[in-house]
Parts: sequence; C-alpha cells; structure tokens
Amino acid sequence: MASQTHAAEGTAHATEAVGMPQLDFATFPNQIFWLVVTLVVIYFVLSRIALPRIGAVLAERQGTISNNIAAAEELKLRAQEAERAYEKALADARAEAQRIVGEARAEIQADLDAATAKADAEIAARSAEAEKAIAEIRAGAMESVTEVARDTAREIVAAMGFSADAATVDAAVQSKLKG
Amino acid sequence: MASEEATGGLQIHPMDQFIVKPLFGGDTIHWYTPTNVTLWMALAVLCVVLLLVIGTRGRAIVPSRVQSVAELAYGFVYKMVEDVAGKDGLKYFPYIMTLFMFILFANFLGLVPMSFTTTSHIAVTATMALAVFFAVTILGIVKHGVGFLSLFWISSAPLVLRPILAIIEVISYFVRPVSHSIRLAGNMMAGHAVIKVFAGFAGVLGVGAIFPLAAITAVYALETLVSFIQAYVFAILTCVYLRDALHPHH
Repeated sequence: MASQTHAAEGTAHATEAVGMPQLDFATFPNQIFWLVVTLVVIYFVLSRIALPRIGAVLAERQGTISNNIAAAEELKLRAQEAERAYEKALADARAEAQRIVGEARAEIQADLDAATAKADAEIAARSAEAEKAIAEIRAGAMESVTEVARDTAREIVAAMGFSADAATVDAAVQSKLKG
Repeated sequence: MASEEATGGLQIHPMDQFIVKPLFGGDTIHWYTPTNVTLWMALAVLCVVLLLVIGTRGRAIVPSRVQSVAELAYGFVYKMVEDVAGKDGLKYFPYIMTLFMFILFANFLGLVPMSFTTTSHIAVTATMALAVFFAVTILGIVKHGVGFLSLFWISSAPLVLRPILAIIEVISYFVRPVSHSIRLAGNMMAGHAVIKVFAGFAGVLGVGAIFPLAAITAVYALETLVSFIQAYVFAILTCVYLRDALHPHH
C-alpha cells in the first residue's frame, strides 16, 4: 500500500516538480539503495585496487628518491675521497719532484765542482809546464845570444883587421853581457 | 509554481532538475528501479575508476598527468585524515576517501548541463551523514565504553559550568548529522536552482540575456569552487567526528 501511494506521487512528479523534489519521500528508498550500492562499489574499488596501488607507487617513489639521495651522498663522499687522494698524490709528486730537482742540482754541483777542480789542476799543471818551457826557451835564447854575440864580435874584430885570439874576445863579450 | 504565476509567461522550473525519474519509462519508483539517480551515481563510480584505477595503471615512478591527479587526491585526503584524526585514524582512510571521492564527483558531475545532482538530495546526504554519525558513535563506545561520555564532560571548564556545557555538547552532538547533511544538500541545491533561475531569465530577455548569462558564468565558477569545498568540508567533518570517537578526552 505504501508503494501504491508512492506510485501515485511518482506519476504526479514525473514532469514537473511541486515544491521540493528533495522532500518527496517516495523516492527515498530508491536513492538510498543506489547510494549504498555506489558507496560499496567505490569502497571496494578503492580499498582493493586503487589505494594500495597509489600507496605502493608513492612509497616506491619515496624509496627511489631516498635511495638516489643516499647514492648521491655516497658518490659525493667517494668523489671527495678521490679528490683528497688526488691532492695527496699531487703533493707527493710535487715533493718528489722537489727532491729529485734538489738531488740533481747537488749532483750537478758536485760534478761541476769536480770538473772545476780538475780543470784548475790541469790549468795549473799546464801553466807550470808552460812556464818551465818558457824558462827553458829563455835559457836557450840566452845561450844563443851569447854565442851569436861571441861569433859576431869575433867576426867584427876580424873584419876590422885586428887579430885577436878567441879567448880574449870571448872574455870581453862575456863581461859585456854580464854588465 | 509561485514564480510562474507571478511572472506570467516566464517559464522557470528551477526545481525540475532535481526530480527523480525512472530511466526506462514507467511511473513507479520502487527501491530497485534504475533511475537517473542510478545513472549519475554510476557515472560518479566510473569517474572514480577512471581517475584512481585506469589513471594509475602505469604505476609510474614519474607519473602521468592523470596519475598525478590521482596521487594528489590520495595525498590530500590521506594528509587530512592524518592531521585531523591522528595516526590511528588512518585505519579509516579508505572510508573517508570513498565519501570524499563520491561527493566530489557527484558534485562535479552535477555541474554538467542537463545532469542530475545526486548530492543535492537530502536522502543521499542524510544517509551518508547518519552512516558517519552511527559509525563514529559505535566506534567511540566500542573503543572507550563509558569513557566515551567524557566527550560531553568538559574537564577544563569550571565545575559549575560543566553540566550546562554537557547539555549543550549533547545537543550539538546529535545535531551533527543534520548540519552535516543539510550543508551539502543545501549548497548543491541552492547553487543549481540559482543557475536555473538565471537561465530562465535569459530565455525571455532576448539581447538582454547577456546579463543573466554573465551571472550564470559567475555563479557557475562559484559552484565549481563550492563543489570541491563541500566535498572537502564533508570529509574533514567526518575526520573531526572520527577524532572525537578515537580521542574523546579533550
């Protein structure tokens, strides 16, 4: 009997609303029934499929992001470590180079010193020898000069028509040379 | 109708859009009859599925546009439940999400011209509000037993005032489902009726129809905002009631 009155009202309201259709209680069971169906369907779709999926995607994204950040952090640390190692290697190499340069310089200095000393010694030896040779030559020259003077004096005496014995001339030359 | 008689030839039936009609002819509306309610609720379900299921089927780490919107909706409601109802309220997140998504899409679909707004009916909103009311009340009693009544006994107030406050609190508690449901239905109904009234003016004004059309545009924009806000308000009030049930001690 309730449905009969509903039916009558339904007919009256089919084309034009009288008052508020919201207050037409005849349509309430229908609306409530379909609402419940709708909400149940949405609930199951959400709780079974949509929400776990979206939650998983968000969690996965969060995980990926934090993983990537951690990886980036680690890579950064490794880069810093590598930089430090590089700096250290560079410093070591620089020190090594410094050492080698110093060593080489010392060696060269030693060689140079030795060579200089040797050259000095040689030069001293050579100059001594040369001096000796010069002294010899000088001595030789002096002797030759004496002889030439003696011969020349003898020839000059002879040419001037004087006769003088060799001994006298020689003694005279000798005395002149000395004088 | 009153407006019809008053304006003579003006044919405005702002409430006709809310009539529940059987989909496949016939006059009787049984509880199981497929009606325009069924159609528009089914469309709301379809929209929810399209957004939250089809839109996210890529499960992409870098989301597509639709997946972004779905994640935004998820995050929005999830954060709301967490902030308002607390961590232990997250267990009820799917229920609140269900209510929010249904109301949101029902409201938005109601903005499609010639459509039917299921959430403008008090039968629909009252059913949801009562469901929330009974759910949180039963939850509160199950969780806290008699302790749930401390919700009405404001221990921070002076002792003299407490009985008076308790009466006010009890009344406000039982008025909750009424305000909860009428707020939503009233907002939806009023906005749509206003649009329809302006549309009726536009029909008879000729060139002057530009003014009602501008008004319709403005009201339509406002209604779009209201559609979202009412879904949000319904969901957040549900969270507030849920918090009261989970933590009745102030």
